[in-house]
Amino acid sequence: MLDKDTVKHVAKLSRLEIKEDEFETVSKKMGDILSYIEKLQGVDTENTDITYNPINLVNQFRTDEVRESLEVKKVLQNAPEKEMGCFKVPKVLD
Amino acid sequence: MKLYEMTLKEASEKIKKQEITALELTQSILDRIKEVEPKVDSYITITEEEALNRAKEIDEKIKAGEEVSVLAGIPMAVKDNICTDGVKTTCASKMLENFVPPYDATVVKKLNAAGAIMVGKTNMDEFAMGSSTENSYLKKTKNPWDLNKVPGGSSGGSAAAVAAGQAFYALGSDTGGSVKQPAALTGLVGLRPTYGRISRYGLIAFGSSLDQVGIFTKDVTDCAIVLRELAGKDKMDGTSAEVEVADYEKHLDKDMSNIKIGIPKEYFVEGIDADVKKAVLDGVEKLKELGATVKEVSLPHTDSAIATYYVLAPSEASSNLARFDGIRYGYRAEGYDSLEGLYTKTRTEGFGDEVKRRIMIGTYALSAGYYDAYYKKALKVRTLIKKDFVDAFEDVDVIIAPTAPNVAFNIGEKTSDPMAMYMEDACTIPSCLAGVPGMSIPCGFKDGLPIGMQIIGNYFDEATMLKVAHAFESVTEFKDQRAKL
Repeated sequence: MLDKDTVKHVAKLSRLEIKEDEFETVSKKMGDILSYIEKLQGVDTENTDITYNPINLVNQFRTDEVRESLEVKKVLQNAPEKEMGCFKVPKVLD
Repeated sequence: MKLYEMTLKEASEKIKKQEITALELTQSILDRIKEVEPKVDSYITITEEEALNRAKEIDEKIKAGEEVSVLAGIPMAVKDNICTDGVKTTCASKMLENFVPPYDATVVKKLNAAGAIMVGKTNMDEFAMGSSTENSYLKKTKNPWDLNKVPGGSSGGSAAAVAAGQAFYALGSDTGGSVKQPAALTGLVGLRPTYGRISRYGLIAFGSSLDQVGIFTKDVTDCAIVLRELAGKDKMDGTSAEVEVADYEKHLDKDMSNIKIGIPKEYFVEGIDADVKKAVLDGVEKLKELGATVKEVSLPHTDSAIATYYVLAPSEASSNLARFDGIRYGYRAEGYDSLEGLYTKTRTEGFGDEVKRRIMIGTYALSAGYYDAYYKKALKVRTLIKKDFVDAFEDVDVIIAPTAPNVAFNIGEKTSDPMAMYMEDACTIPSCLAGVPGMSIPCGFKDGLPIGMQIIGNYFDEATMLKVAHAFESVTEFKDQRAKL
């Protein structure tokens, strides 16, 4: 089990809301997974490098040239709310 | 034999010889979809009109004597997390229920250029998170071999579509086994290539260092054909690799005299069903009879793979899925009082339980105070898992193991227990973390349900893996068995 404050904190960071009656189930299931993951602490990784990517990729660069972009109409076609060629969001400044 | 029962290659030969038209072939698949879709539920979207129009175009080209690709005029299906210009791509999520991409994924672009005919987009676990396709927001796909069983996941819709004769081949995506495991559970050939072999551009990201587009086919030859079309460097994907692509079909032969097979002792332990174990080892015996040498190998960090995966994949997912905020695309909740309120309400209502769980596990693993203990530790263990494979491939050409610990399980059997569901991928996850290619081919049956044999290859050596699979297939009859619906 994870304690309620931790679940609340992680949910806030994740921009998710946990309802009062869901806390117990969520913390139990997350707790089960995290205690399984704990087994990694028993693996000796001293002097072991980290692997972010399995085929050791290096940075990819492209030349800085002007390319055709998507049309504004296509960019906005999935927007839940739009106005004058822009995405519309709630007011953020008073 | 009905038209939809043929393999891709057989159908292609008939089209080229003008014994059948692409239109007839497409119609036969659409008719089959109408017949069995109410039972199987493989598809989220069916693109009947577009498919018929494209088929007519291909027929005109063939009639005019134009040279066409082997894939021209052949109906296929695409997992619903691969972007298709103008066709809904939902990731089986409420979040993207009405999302229509403004572009094609590179794999789709390649298939379109080859004249392939997409008949629809297939069901999946939401955002590819799951092992049974029960996490879809839209519907539950059933296993064509037994409608009470799951088809595996997360590409269960693609697997069921091919197994039920609703497409000649299908694209899936594989993060920790989401092509290999459903292929095993539905009696198909399923291939996940080396990380970087196929472009991920336009595949909606889950775990970026793991995700790969994969292929479902009825036999190994078809798989080799489709892989050749899809593989190669893509300038739109910085993680795709500049490595030569072979004509895989030409490498298929039965001569196993130079092949060394490794049997990893860690994959034949407790938790693997006795009949699955026997079928896989019997398969290895067949390859031995064809001249292959077999030796035991050890992959000592296998036991740490699931834990490593369930730190790394959710961590990457928590970052990738941050883009779903209700602003630019996807679902937007109503009744919020601030920008942050909009994000939170949208994500809380738009994502399903498993997706939320993984986002939170990932956020936890990446948060201050836990980063070193979880994320960094898992990245180091990943190095050890990768080294296991690199060391083993010094001695052998391929590694053979079970694909899934059991045959298909009942719908609903594991839905309330995430850990039990995660164990389904125990045999496929290690090679995904290492980035080596792997495939599943049918090697037996238990209670009428297919068993999968996993063949794991060395980096970018899909050719040898396919050759071994083909040799096995040529001396057995599993690939000819079809689900009765």
